[in-house]
Amino acid sequence: MPKKMMIVDPERCTGCRLCEQVCSVKHNGVSNPSLARIHVVKWDNEGFYLPMRCQHCRDAPCMRSCPVNALYRDEELDSVRINHDICIGCKMCVSACPFGAMGWNPKQGRVFKCDLCHGDPQCVRFCDMKAVDYVETSKMQASRMREAAENYAELMRKHGR
Amino acid sequence: MALNRKIAYIDLDKDEIKVEPIPREWRRKFLGGRGLDAYLLYKHTPRGCDPLGPDNVAIISAGLLVGTLASASARTHVMAKSPLTNLTGSANMGGFFAPEMRWAGFDHLVIRGRAKRPVYLYVHDGEIEIRDAAKLWGVGIYDTQDIIRKELGDEETQILCIGPAGENLVRFANVMTGRKNAAGRTGMGAVLGSKNLKAVACRGTMDIELKYPLEALEYNKEVIDQVISTKVSQIMQRWGTGFIYSVTNTTGLVRTRNFQYNQLPHSEDIECENLDKYSIGLDGCFGCQVHCRHRYVIKEGPYAGTYAQGPEYTSQGAFGAEVGCRSMNTVLVGNHLVNDYGLDTLEVGSMIGWAMELYEKGILTDKDTNGLKLEWGNDEAVLEMVRQMTFREGLGDILAEGPLRAAAKIGPESLPYLIHVKGMSNLHSDERPTPSLALNIAVASRGADHLRGRPAIDLYNLPMKVYEKVYRSPDGYEGPLTNSYSEYEGKPRMVLWQEMVYMAVDCLGVCKYHTVFLSPNHPAFKEFTQLIRLNTGLEFSEMDLWNIANRCYTIERLFNLREGMVRQDDWLPDRYFDEPTKLGLPVARGKSIDREKFKAMLDEYYRLHEWDEEGIPTRELLERLEISDLWPAQN
Repeated sequence: MPKKMMIVDPERCTGCRLCEQVCSVKHNGVSNPSLARIHVVKWDNEGFYLPMRCQHCRDAPCMRSCPVNALYRDEELDSVRINHDICIGCKMCVSACPFGAMGWNPKQGRVFKCDLCHGDPQCVRFCDMKAVDYVETSKMQASRMREAAENYAELMRKHGR
Repeated sequence: MALNRKIAYIDLDKDEIKVEPIPREWRRKFLGGRGLDAYLLYKHTPRGCDPLGPDNVAIISAGLLVGTLASASARTHVMAKSPLTNLTGSANMGGFFAPEMRWAGFDHLVIRGRAKRPVYLYVHDGEIEIRDAAKLWGVGIYDTQDIIRKELGDEETQILCIGPAGENLVRFANVMTGRKNAAGRTGMGAVLGSKNLKAVACRGTMDIELKYPLEALEYNKEVIDQVISTKVSQIMQRWGTGFIYSVTNTTGLVRTRNFQYNQLPHSEDIECENLDKYSIGLDGCFGCQVHCRHRYVIKEGPYAGTYAQGPEYTSQGAFGAEVGCRSMNTVLVGNHLVNDYGLDTLEVGSMIGWAMELYEKGILTDKDTNGLKLEWGNDEAVLEMVRQMTFREGLGDILAEGPLRAAAKIGPESLPYLIHVKGMSNLHSDERPTPSLALNIAVASRGADHLRGRPAIDLYNLPMKVYEKVYRSPDGYEGPLTNSYSEYEGKPRMVLWQEMVYMAVDCLGVCKYHTVFLSPNHPAFKEFTQLIRLNTGLEFSEMDLWNIANRCYTIERLFNLREGMVRQDDWLPDRYFDEPTKLGLPVARGKSIDREKFKAMLDEYYRLHEWDEEGIPTRELLERLEISDLWPAQN
């Protein structure tokens, strides 16, 4: 299976927060954004929206901070996962994550984080704008380059090349 | 559960808050949202109360499906006796306030009395506090929300508030949340202002439990796909509601220069395609994939650099056709001003358009306007009038009283030029070529208004089988239907059906762009039964929902009757009958409404509603709907 990764494009985000809702329903069976693994950070005075979630870092501070090695890398999805059987609930990972992507569920007494919905992220599935997307790593770069090149191409066309 | 949210009775006279559960019986009879609000308004206000006095109640609510997996379940409803019409006051808005209120534990806030000094309510995880708002008084909509978030130290707080217009008791002041979501109509902002209630802030982290979460997730995807598969949704996703202007103006369905024309020629600048120059992206309400409005930045003039949202179709009329202006910059600035001041954009455009016609006719003179040239297309004068109305200066102070009170002050000769029903102005649509739409505004429970019962799909002249499928369900209606919008026959049924479906979505807290409003292929009663079952566990048939909508709509009718409304109030201004349209395509040109045919439509509409010829619901109907105790009115 080709490797995939989550990407975010704030230019496309309309700020609707459906990603937060479906995430909490999928993982917790309830609608509650405070339990969501993704959160749209908004600057309402400027109209700028940025969905934030786990980056599944290669050298992950959460993993390094865990005293019992409860966090591990799932090589198949290239994601950072929690083994709740080992986790002691110390919340060091919550402090360590530079993105705020690690949460604490007081009811369950558990940390939580994005698990990519085992390869079918619901935030991506429901985002019609594709502000969050789950794409093949090998193709991602080329498509971003094409998008970026559009401006240059437009300019060239305008000036008759 | 989505069903365990509470109702809070807040008395600002006594600083008292009572929290109670919502009886399951009320869910069965009214669902929630607007429907339950209508019942609460009827029960909690004394007949004839002053809309701006302490006895009026302001009700703020989230519908039954808000925050659940029902797409676009984002609507906040605000209800009170209207200071504009003295009848049903009701308006709803999108954004993020209603879901946040539910995560904070509440579905309905019923607010009476008047605080001694400006206050705001802070609702958070089952608690409600009354807090001081002295430093917020006089502050605009944008900054009010900003200041409250900073004060509470929580950027995720969602806030509903009034602006200076509401504080100054402008009778068409609105209630806002976010940059542009407006509970616009019937002056709900003035009611909050009269209570010294500047804002309600919500922050919640409580679960909304869903009955069948994973099935609800899948069904939500189906509904979203259904909605965004339609052409009209795809156009709105790209252009917003502004696309309607190009279509209706070309046809000749846009009220222009108050009511003199039905089209504004050479107004390409205010068409939606031109918004791209100012747009920085589209914006969605909670959970909505239609994202029908733009985020934009003003580029020219004294407001250059200001970030705002919209403008909607309604603002293209208010700051365009109605006042004869042709500048997108004026539309963008006007839209920003009404949003920050907290004014209903529809009423603003109508009042200025009316004043301009009075000025043209010499009924208003330079003396009345303090030298301001209220001439068609005078962009500066239009924007200046917005300011004067908000701060109640000069002529603005008179216009701030709304159509009928302003006409009483200016004089009887001004009355024939008013385009209003029941004391509320119409939006900038011209219904002379479209009898079904004309009937809708004449009978709507909150005055001239398209969002109570407009059969907008009538404008599409679709094949009969499409209308048959929509309008014969779920009660098996067998009477006439027609598929040309110039016809009178069969239209009362269309209006009544739309009243029911709009009431249903307003009870659920779902946006009208997610039901049969602009597309016949959007969800309606059948889909609602599924959404309710999967999210809440409540089992209803399509007919159950129809009956609930009918019950709630009938209560609004009873409220209006109790407050003095009569059959003559379900009628159009004379100009609809006496002045044929002058412009537009052949289908819209030279059209006026036929009095006799319109009267017959109204009779038929009453008959279909099971109201008597005076428009009073029959005893049999009230008994069947289990609300016979409400009429004759005891309070």
